[in-house]
Amino acid sequence: MPSATVDSINEILKTIPDPEIPVISIVELGIVRDVQINADDSITILITPTYSGCPAMMAIEQDIKSVLQQHGYNNIKVKLVYSPVWTTDWIPDEAKEKLRQYGIAPPAHSTSDKSVLSLHPRAIACPRCGSLQTSMVSPFGSTACKALYKCESCLEPFDYFKCH
Amino acid sequence: MTNQEAVFEYCLRIGDTSLILGQRLAEWCGHGPILEEDIALTNISLDLIGQTRGFYDYACQVENKGRTEDDLAFLRDDRDYRNLLMSEQPNGDFGQTILRQFLMSSYFSLFFAELAKSKDETLAALAQKSLKEVQYHLRHSAEWMLRLGVGTEESARRMRLAVDELWLFTEDFFDTNEVDDVLLKAGIGVDNRMLRESWLSLVKSKMEEAHLSVPENSYAIRGSREGKHTEHLGHLLAEMQSLHRAHPGATW
Repeated sequence: MPSATVDSINEILKTIPDPEIPVISIVELGIVRDVQINADDSITILITPTYSGCPAMMAIEQDIKSVLQQHGYNNIKVKLVYSPVWTTDWIPDEAKEKLRQYGIAPPAHSTSDKSVLSLHPRAIACPRCGSLQTSMVSPFGSTACKALYKCESCLEPFDYFKCH
Repeated sequence: MTNQEAVFEYCLRIGDTSLILGQRLAEWCGHGPILEEDIALTNISLDLIGQTRGFYDYACQVENKGRTEDDLAFLRDDRDYRNLLMSEQPNGDFGQTILRQFLMSSYFSLFFAELAKSKDETLAALAQKSLKEVQYHLRHSAEWMLRLGVGTEESARRMRLAVDELWLFTEDFFDTNEVDDVLLKAGIGVDNRMLRESWLSLVKSKMEEAHLSVPENSYAIRGSREGKHTEHLGHLLAEMQSLHRAHPGATW
């Protein structure tokens, strides 16, 4: 087994895509909270769910174990933590740009912005044509983290990654 | 009653309520009035069942008898369930489901905001997590209540009927017993009696916007704290538990 450091494990975790939004990694999404190298050489990965019922959590746990195993790390524990509570504020700007290019409008603002308290926050730009002439079709979408929008300019429907 | 026993019971109250409400909402799968609402109601169901898992997992830890989430969900009878009576009420029409969601989400948004300050770190974290989701459910159901309440004559009539069907289960939200006393003293639980007033003013203002009046001096059905349920829970459990009862230990 190669000797593990927190950095080397983190580099590997950065290559694991989110199962439902494969253009960004589970690290970029903020699901991976911490990596701990234990005294017995086992490795503990702390992860937090995006939404309580996110059905991808089990797949993510399995992905972490199998990818680390491919790199020669066999003694892996994955632990679910709830605090601090996951927020879209953790998604870095580069990852938001990747979402947009993939066709998902990224969270438009920080959760400290009070306009998120409304079901209809300020205008969301269409990820395809950039138009701000968009409207919400449904506050719930194809996965727990998204709402459904449509663009009035190019007429395409699109997913919006909700501020949370 | 020790703090530990009380925390176990507290987790059941919360987890059982979100599980049963989640199961009820899942019954809408494939039956929503429009596709978007079919997806919305089942998304809310998914959040609620996810919340249940967090509270059940913690209940099993504090109980420390080797039970699992599945044991709690599938191997208890109705008298062992501590869910609020409103959560087990049948879906009725879409308006009744929306009103049930509004009344319960408004209660839980206030409850979780308080529980988020608990001295018990796990309960506080679970409450913070659930709070964000419940607030979104509240906004969704309040918007629909408004649209239906001031919509057509028929939608308004049905919303008034829904109020008559459901209001008698609201007092059950605020009942307390020894569990509350023990946890309040320990700084772990929420002062449930205190929530009633803020809940009532929140609900009243939103219902008035939707041209719905809050019944006064309504008859009240209560008993969830002692596991006394309406006839609907047994039927719901019979369906939900049938696979696990037929194939004990079945897992995904």
